Amino acid sequence: MNETTPYILLSALLFSIGAVSVLTRRNAIMIFMSVELMLNAANLAFVAFAKQWGQLDGQLFVFFVMTVAAAEVAVGLALIVAIFRAKKGTDVDDLSVMKN
Amino acid sequence: MGSEFIVFLAVAIVAIGAAVGMALSRNALYSAMFLILNFACVAVLYLLLNAPFLAVAQVTVYTGAIMVLFVFVIMVLGAEKLPAGESRKEMAWQRPLALGLGVLLLIQAAYVVFTRVVSSSATKLIDSSPLAIGKALFGPYLFPFEVASILLLAAMVGAVVLTRKE
Repeated sequence: MNETTPYILLSALLFSIGAVSVLTRRNAIMIFMSVELMLNAANLAFVAFAKQWGQLDGQLFVFFVMTVAAAEVAVGLALIVAIFRAKKGTDVDDLSVMKN
Repeated sequence: MGSEFIVFLAVAIVAIGAAVGMALSRNALYSAMFLILNFACVAVLYLLLNAPFLAVAQVTVYTGAIMVLFVFVIMVLGAEKLPAGESRKEMAWQRPLALGLGVLLLIQAAYVVFTRVVSSSATKLIDSSPLAIGKALFGPYLFPFEVASILLLAAMVGAVVLTRKE
């Protein structure tokens, strides 16, 4: 138990909430937002460990995770918009077939 | 610890509440707002963790750009109201199973934290000013930085291509 332990525990809790939300929600946009929450929880752990070990690399990794998250959101939301046009909804249960 | 821990506790409670609110909210727009609150709380935690640059980047990139994109798409699609019959009969076991798996994940993570995380060796605070971050980004991390720019360009082109009307 040291001073970064509460941050790691909070990160684990937020990650678990995001994971449960991914598993229970049916709306693609909601699943996507839950994934963002999980990414954010992982970032919090990175920054906490960067402070614990006194190194800057963890913070730089968070910078790159943010970049990748931004790219992922742009493409993912474009996909959701395309799916919504084709299916008139974003329920992932309706996406079980590849044709039509 | 002291006052810093009290600030952490207050912010952490708000962050957890916002995350739970996001997971439980029936309206996708409310969920997005809860997520923005959660990201803002994490930005405050970054400040507590000696990462001022990342705190500002969190606010501008996550709550500023990413969540605005989310809210924009939700409003454009008019998808904020989720269908009432979300939990269908044949998947009645899905919710308790997901909850059980989530609790299991949390217990595993807590077990690892309490048994494997060694007590901190570095007690001195590192220089994490934007200057130091910039020097690291354009020094040892120059190649990942350039790859990230290509990734963003590809994402931009991909988003334009995917949403183009036929």
